[in-house]
Amino acid sequence: MKIFGENSIKNLLIVIAFSALTALFLILAFILLEGLPFIFNIGIKNFLLSSDWQPMAGKYGIFAMIVGSLWVTLGAIIVGVPLGLAGAIFLAEFLPRWMMRIIKPAIELLAGIPSVVYGFIGVMVLAPLIRDYIGGPGLSIMAASIILGIMILPTILSISIDSIKAVPQSYREGAFSLGATHWQTIHMATLPAAKSGIIAGIILGLGRAIGETMAVIMVAGNAVILPGSPLDSVRTLTANIALEMGYATGMHRQALFATGVVLLLIIMVLNYAATISIRNMNRKV
Amino acid sequence: MADKIEIRNLNLFYDKFHALKSVNMVVRDKNIIALIGPSGCGKSTLLRSINRMNDLIDGVRINGEVLLDGRDIYNSGLDIYKLRKRVGMVFQRPNSFAKSIFENVAFGLRVARLANKKKISEIVETSLRTAGLWDDLKDKLGTSALELPLYHQQRLCIARLLAVEPEVILMDEPCSTLDPIATMKIEEMMIELKKKFNIIIVTHNMQQAARVSDQCGYMLLGDMVEFNKTSEIFTNPRDKRTQDYITGRFG
Ligand SMILES: Nc1ncnc2c1ncn2[C@@H]1O[C@H](COP(=O)(O)OP(=O)(O)OP(=O)(O)O)[C@@H](O)[C@H]1O
Ligand SMILES: [Mg+2]
Repeated sequence: MKIFGENSIKNLLIVIAFSALTALFLILAFILLEGLPFIFNIGIKNFLLSSDWQPMAGKYGIFAMIVGSLWVTLGAIIVGVPLGLAGAIFLAEFLPRWMMRIIKPAIELLAGIPSVVYGFIGVMVLAPLIRDYIGGPGLSIMAASIILGIMILPTILSISIDSIKAVPQSYREGAFSLGATHWQTIHMATLPAAKSGIIAGIILGLGRAIGETMAVIMVAGNAVILPGSPLDSVRTLTANIALEMGYATGMHRQALFATGVVLLLIIMVLNYAATISIRNMNRKV
Repeated sequence: MADKIEIRNLNLFYDKFHALKSVNMVVRDKNIIALIGPSGCGKSTLLRSINRMNDLIDGVRINGEVLLDGRDIYNSGLDIYKLRKRVGMVFQRPNSFAKSIFENVAFGLRVARLANKKKISEIVETSLRTAGLWDDLKDKLGTSALELPLYHQQRLCIARLLAVEPEVILMDEPCSTLDPIATMKIEEMMIELKKKFNIIIVTHNMQQAARVSDQCGYMLLGDMVEFNKTSEIFTNPRDKRTQDYITGRFG
């Protein structure tokens, strides 16, 4: 007797797929149900555009945290993208194959280091350096940007390397056969062909940077203020949730869920923008 | 007429593999040369050693001489980038860049750092006209070249070369991805281009070699078995092996 017929396997797979989807949907619904009423309750303006966050006094403005998240993410990109891109070009175009075979797994290993380790290095090494040599409290936007920039580096590196390597050799030969130098070939033929892959890598890195919590809590300082310079301490949206969830109840608890909703929206907008830009890029030029 | 290219005792090794064995060949100016032979005999390798494209491959060793207008391209300190401008190449699969049609044709000019916009537009237009693409493409020069059908892309790759006015055009099975009508168009274009350029074409299509070429070389296992006027090769081959190949008795 056949226990698993063709059909029962198919049905089983359908059930599994649907339960996974349902779980995701439930989480989403839960966050929205907890968060959205709160936002409408205290008013979108009071929530999003005020920097006054005093849960004890019933003040729930997260503008400073939104700004904090954006600053830190922007900083991570300023640090991570040039390094990642330059590194990927060098590794993919100039490194002999046998060295590549050693370095590629090493990069992937870097991506697997837990964020608390990065955060620890940030607290012990980077923050004191910034405090002593540049100024400010040390735990700051700059520290968070550098640590996050390094954390997203492996993602950007390995995806960019893959997409540069995936450019057919005939592209390069086509450029060479028009008299292009190696560098001209790279930036005029290879990179344009690898562009959408590289952008995808950057977006993935960006997503990681904006969602990163542990390392950021450790190095960003977490003060709820509108930052005036990269040396100021900031709190990000993710940090806000993580720091206060332990003792939040009632309205306060809902406020944290609402923070989650905002985070979700930002990430959705980013992803959407990324998809659109990649699609456009593939279509036009 | 002067000799455009003269190849003397050219040997090429991929590591230990001896891919070209003392190849000799003389190309007269303003001619079409066809290279024929079974797969793996070294046609592409020979073609690619004329614009030093093999230099890109690790472990390649070359000895012998390749003279372009009497000057050895390997040992006379000739600038490799200048050489490749003079000896352009069309590949088996169209390799249009991920750029607009206009920028594809302008690529060689940008490489040469030509900055005059008007001049660039002019050259792009003439090149596209010569390649027979202008009328079809003039209204969509800004769209990505990768959206064109393959037969347009292959001609675009030729237009791209014409823009830098090479002296020699190397073509490695340029029609192998094209249908017979597109193939015919390319062949007509080659005959037209012959007035100004030298063309060396690798082809698996014996009729094509017979139709377009003035001289023809038959290669086998890295040897240039026979190199002669095309009419001679096809009607009166000197070598038994050539005869077997062109009459289809090979392998
Ligand atoms: N990069 C390389 N490394 C090692 N061997 C190579 C390389 N390229 C070609 N060869 C070998 O050199 C020989 C000649 O190759 P080539 O590509 O010149 O042949 P071909 O005549 O163009 O064949 P085809 O008609 O299939 O294109 C073949 O035996 C091939 O395996
Ligand atoms: Mg070949």
